[in-house]
Amino acid sequence: MQFYIQQILNALQVGSVYALIALGYTMVYGILTMINFAHGDIFMVSTYLAFFTSTLLLSIAAGLPPLFTFVFTLLTAMFGTALLAVLIERLAYKPLRTAPRISAVITALGVGLFLENFMVAFKPVGPAPRFLPPLIPQINYDLGGVTVSTIQIVIILVSGLVMFLLDTIVRRTMVGMAMRAISWDKFTVPLMGVPVDRIISLTFALGASIAAVGGTLYGMAYTIDPYMGIRIGWWAFISAVVGGIGNIRGAMLGGFILGFVEIFTPVFLPSTYRDFIAFSLLLLLLIFRPTGILGRPAPQKV
Amino acid sequence: MKTLSALLSVLLVLGMALAACQPAAPATIKIGLNAELTGGIPVVGESCKNAAELAVKEVNDAGGLEVGGRKYKIELIVEDNEDKAESAAAVTQKLVTAGVLAMIGPNASRNAIPAAEVAESSKMPMISPWSTNPKTTLDAKTGQPKQFVFRAGYIDDFQGRVLAKFAIEQLKSTRPAVLFDVASEYNKGIAEFYKKTMEENGIQVVAYETYTTGDKDFSAQLTKIKEAGADSLFLPNYYSEVPLQVQQAHKIGFTGTILGSDSWGNLELITLCGPDCEGLYFTAHYASDIATPKAQAFIKAYEAAYGKTPDDVAALTYDSFGLLFQAIQAAGQLDRQAVRNALAAITAYEGVTGTMQFKGSGDPIKSAVILQIKGGKFTYFTMANP
Repeated sequence: MQFYIQQILNALQVGSVYALIALGYTMVYGILTMINFAHGDIFMVSTYLAFFTSTLLLSIAAGLPPLFTFVFTLLTAMFGTALLAVLIERLAYKPLRTAPRISAVITALGVGLFLENFMVAFKPVGPAPRFLPPLIPQINYDLGGVTVSTIQIVIILVSGLVMFLLDTIVRRTMVGMAMRAISWDKFTVPLMGVPVDRIISLTFALGASIAAVGGTLYGMAYTIDPYMGIRIGWWAFISAVVGGIGNIRGAMLGGFILGFVEIFTPVFLPSTYRDFIAFSLLLLLLIFRPTGILGRPAPQKV
Repeated sequence: MKTLSALLSVLLVLGMALAACQPAAPATIKIGLNAELTGGIPVVGESCKNAAELAVKEVNDAGGLEVGGRKYKIELIVEDNEDKAESAAAVTQKLVTAGVLAMIGPNASRNAIPAAEVAESSKMPMISPWSTNPKTTLDAKTGQPKQFVFRAGYIDDFQGRVLAKFAIEQLKSTRPAVLFDVASEYNKGIAEFYKKTMEENGIQVVAYETYTTGDKDFSAQLTKIKEAGADSLFLPNYYSEVPLQVQQAHKIGFTGTILGSDSWGNLELITLCGPDCEGLYFTAHYASDIATPKAQAFIKAYEAAYGKTPDDVAALTYDSFGLLFQAIQAAGQLDRQAVRNALAAITAYEGVTGTMQFKGSGDPIKSAVILQIKGGKFTYFTMANP
């Protein structure tokens, strides 16, 4: 019993990160019907922003309270990553907004490759894997045979909070309403006086800063390297599709489903089957529910 | 048909005549170095290049290498294989064409195996310093040892055996577990040898868990290992992944002893791992703190030149050059076949990494040392003889 509770906790930790990144894919798709394949690498850049911020912060002022270091690192990473995403949108995607969709997808792949190789060649980063300095004290609690670490608790709680906030923004604010309106009808909404460009930039910024939350949390638990965005990006993308791409709650659900696939496959089968199971799940779902679990079938416009 | 074979034999004779002419002309000996200077394990390539340059400089400073009554300077041609199998083979081809007498490298088995194929078919002597996978020196088709490929390190079945015996005898492990990268030849090979030796000694491996290169979350497998009641954990994985595995094992409350293989032997491991790796054991090719006089001289020279302690790769590269120089002198002529024969004729060589004995194949028989991580340093723990 404890064994399964432990594995569920492990799955929640992994799933939270996937869910946070999947949100970025789904929001951009929702508003532009474009898959931003550079998103995994934007996530990678965010972990390095967190790395440099926290290293710098801890080297100039050692005795700061952990809560301050953590929040400051998180906010800097979020802000920096949002800026990067808006820049990428303006320079790489906006000129192609009226071009065929395939051009934008290829550009996104190119941006991703650029970010990876830039980080490898960029001297302070380089190809070697790194750890973030410890942002919060790491304590393991033993609850009746189940080990829970402070990092695990922080990852699950912060992710949950961020997802709740995002859901509220999208459903309850004017900006959220504008986002939903653009994704509903891109041509009529500008006529109603909604600043489309600004809302699109805001969507990119929001998606990227949520990825940065994921990146900072991820960096606290695992090593970071310039190629880490590829695999995690793919898994998050599958999460978004499984949940129903374009649907925010779907992306969260999909992230946790993929987290459970990642953890529970090696429990019952050799771990080599893991990617096979994840992609099979995607294929089956696309056959029987092409719009994902929570996705609505899009009416064909004539 | 007849004209074709006549033409071919003319070409063959011409080729042989040309090949025969070649060695007489140069006053230098060209030696190729095929190293992982960029890519996933750049530290390995750097150590290899440093040690190679040191070995060559020592010989040249002493006036050169005396072969057949004449002194020759050594010219080192350094090529980067980018830690890619296809580049390693292409670099080997390039060095063959450049007319090197022999090649040292590559280091990682995933590069050394394809490079060895090219060296063997081009009949050029090759010595891999660090590759431990049996396939490097073994002919895949015949199952016989390759004629032109040698190495300076021990091979993985020996290493796996040493580690299993160490876990049984020193760590008193009765419920061993293994976690390894199933997508990498090196990791998979040692894990299998380790498991086999355990079973031969009547001990069942309670958890034999796998992952795939690039994974960062091992919590599922580690939870399984803990659940199986393992008292030791073997991680035959590369230094960049081991710290995560050790830390995650501790995080889920695993308290057994953790041990590893020669892929741990890089100080980067300690930088990444910190106090979590304190007290753990792994196999290495030599220990800098119990060095023989010959090894001490090498360590001193290396530290003076590069400002750091030589790691396994550096020591093994230095020994590869030592072996090669001895063989060239014994051959008495600058001919690839003669150098190969002289290398094969070496039965014992006293190197920085200990005494190597060759018994009819390119694989030396030598001792392994087991190091312990203590106070942020690799320290000698014990030695295991073949």
